[in-house]
Parts: sequence; C-alpha cells; structure tokens
Amino acid sequence: MLDYVDGSSLAGPMRELFAVDVTAVEGRCAACGLTGPIAALHVYGHDHGPGLVGRCPGCDEIVLRLVRTPTDAWLDVRGAVSLRFSL
Amino acid sequence: MARTAVSRRLTWRAAELREVRGETSSAHSLIFEVPGWPGHLPGQHVDVRLTAEDGYSTERSYSIASAFTDHHDLVELTVQRIPDGEVSPYLVDVLQPGMRVELRGPVGGWFVWRPADTAPVLLVAGGSGVVPLMAMIRARAQASVRVPFRLVYSTRTPEDVLYADELRRRALEDRGLDVTIVYTRRVPDGHGRPPGRLTAADLAEWGWPPDFEPAVFVCGPTGFVEAAADLLIDAGHEPARIKTERFGGTDA
Ligand SMILES: Cc1cc2nc3c(=O)[nH]c(=O)nc-3n(C[C@H](O)[C@H](O)[C@H](O)COP(=O)(O)OP(=O)(O)OC[C@H]3O[C@@H](n4cnc5c(N)ncnc54)[C@H](O)[C@@H]3O)c2cc1C
Ligand SMILES: [Zn+2]
Repeated sequence: MLDYVDGSSLAGPMRELFAVDVTAVEGRCAACGLTGPIAALHVYGHDHGPGLVGRCPGCDEIVLRLVRTPTDAWLDVRGAVSLRFSL
Repeated sequence: MARTAVSRRLTWRAAELREVRGETSSAHSLIFEVPGWPGHLPGQHVDVRLTAEDGYSTERSYSIASAFTDHHDLVELTVQRIPDGEVSPYLVDVLQPGMRVELRGPVGGWFVWRPADTAPVLLVAGGSGVVPLMAMIRARAQASVRVPFRLVYSTRTPEDVLYADELRRRALEDRGLDVTIVYTRRVPDGHGRPPGRLTAADLAEWGWPPDFEPAVFVCGPTGFVEAAADLLIDAGHEPARIKTERFGGTDA
C-alpha cells in the first residue's frame, strides 16, 4: 500500500505533547537497527481516524504509534530502541 | 508548576484569510494573517483544522510557501484541489477573505533549508510538492545567498505550473538559480522534451552530479517521491543527503 506520508507529518501532533520538535530526533529501529530521524518514518493513518502509525523505512516494522482521544494522547514507542536528542 | 512547559507546547491558533491568489484552475495561494506568528524556516509546514457546526473536526498538513519576514504576521499556503477530497476543495473553493481556520505551526525541523547551509541544493518537485521548495527559493533570494540552487519540477501540463510567472522571473534574476520544468502529459509549443515521467536522464542533465554532494529535497505525491528518490539513489546520491516530504496520494 502506497498511501503514507513522511514522519514530518507527526510534527504537529507531537508538538502538542512536547516542547521541542521531535521529528529531527534520531531513533533506532528495534527490529532492524536502522537509525534515522523520526521525520524519515513512513506514517500511515494521516488522513483518517485518531491513530497514526510510524513504520521503519528499512524493514516496515512499527516504530511508534500515536493515538488521540478527546482527553489524552497515547504514544507507544516500543519499536524504537532509543531516541537521541541533540542538545 | 508545569506552566512554562505547557505554554511552550503548540496549540491551535485562529488564522484569518486575507488574500487569495489564483495559481492555476485547481490551485490557490491563500495568505493568512496569524497574530503573533513566531517565524518559520523554509520547508516547514502547518496543520490546518476545520471544525463544522456540529463539532466534527478534521485536519490536514500544508507546507508554508512564503519566506518569513519579521515585519508582518502573514503566512502563505498553496493548496491544490483534490477532487472528492474532504479539506482541499473547501480551502480552494469555499474559503473567502475574512473567514477563519485554525492553524498549528510552524512544525517540522528536518525537511528544512537554512540560509547558512553551504552545500549546493537540488530541489525535485512533483505537482504541489513545489510549495515548500518555493519557500526555499524565496528565502534564498531574501537572504541574498549565492548557494547554487537547481529546481527540477515535474507537472502535468503548462497550465498546471504553480508560480509560473515568478519562477520565470527568478530563473532570469536570481543568480545561481536554475529552473527546469518536466511535463508529464503535454508540453508547451516548441518544447524539446516529449511529455513523460521524470527520468534518470532528466536528473542527470538538470540536477547536480552526486560528487557535488548536494543537499537534495524531494517533495510531492507519495508515488512521485518514491520514484524520484529511487532514481537519485541509483544515480549515486547518498541516501542521507536526500530529504523527502510525501504529500500522500499515489499520482505523480
Ligand atoms: C507534510 C505535508 C505537507 C503538505 N503540503 C501540501 C501543500 O503545500 N499543498 C497541498 O495542496 N497539499 C499538501 N499536502 C497534502 C494535504 O495535506 C492533503 O492531503 C491534501 O490537500 C488532500 O486532502 P483532502 O482532504 O482534500 O483529500 P482527502 O479527503 O484526504 O483524500 C481524498 C483522496 O485523494 C487522495 N489524495 C490525498 N492526498 C493526495 C495528494 N497530495 N495527491 C493526490 N491524491 C491525494 C487520497 O488518497 C484520497 O483517495 C501536504 C501533506 C503533508 C503530509
Ligand atoms: Zn527497521
């Protein structure tokens, strides 16, 4: 399926949760070890529903999920070994 | 206690449409006034939220087309109408000056070009993917930077070219900016290249060779970005130097 966008599209939803831009943060995929910015993930679900799924551009495994409800945001990053914030 | 942290997070702000500029029969540039706009870098985008009277709301991302100048609070977006789309036909056909939307941004810190960057730049656009790349071209001119820029812009027909007059003018006046338009369906009279999708030969002729180590920005519908990024990597460009922004959809 082709209809995905880049991880940059997570920038808006994530900036509601974090004070800094996390899309330029480097993450490491737990499945294949690829490192790269969150902005390079393939994001599905951008045009429907409350959930966004970010998949690794190398192996297509799920790296993170962001689900919004009217009162909460759930961020699941179990597909990432680490996120490196440069300070 | 958590005040400062909370206030640094982004929320939605009201944006009033000030002016509309027709670009093509299916795309308009929308100039919004956003009080307190903090400024932005070329390549960043905003999320636009529409809310119906019954409370239903929906949001989409739009790249910022304008370069930031600090003497006003104006933000320009260029929206291409997608037939049967939920949001874009409203923005292009219904929204009138004086009406408001909600806007969250600027966001995105990766697909950006900074005037202090010194690498030559290759911009590869498919359709409305030219929008954030135009912001880079405008910011380059505004900062009077001489870093060489090349834009290779793929679009269907001569009538579909966004910013046609401005690109023609800048290609003559902005020193170090080359603009090439590749037509996929129909070419203008007297144009040498037959219509067709972007090829490796187009990028070899009109882009930068990989050993120049250009910073490459590729933007457009997802299918276009896939194809163009593959051509660039096959030509020897370092994947780490290729930044992509996929707009969704599959049509090039
Ligand atoms: C970071 C980012 C920046 C963007 N910047 C711009 C911009 O500057 N200008 C702009 O016009 N759009 C831009 N887009 C696309 C925009 O967010 C919307 O997806 C687009 O306007 C369609 O929304 P819609 O509600 O009208 O259509 P929808 O109701 O979401 O979709 C209707 C149908 O059109 C298809 N479709 C969706 N998007 C596209 C597309 N881009 N091309 C072809 N088919 C599509 C869908 O698959 C669907 O079948 C950007 C997207 C992202 C992620
Ligand atoms: Zn992976």
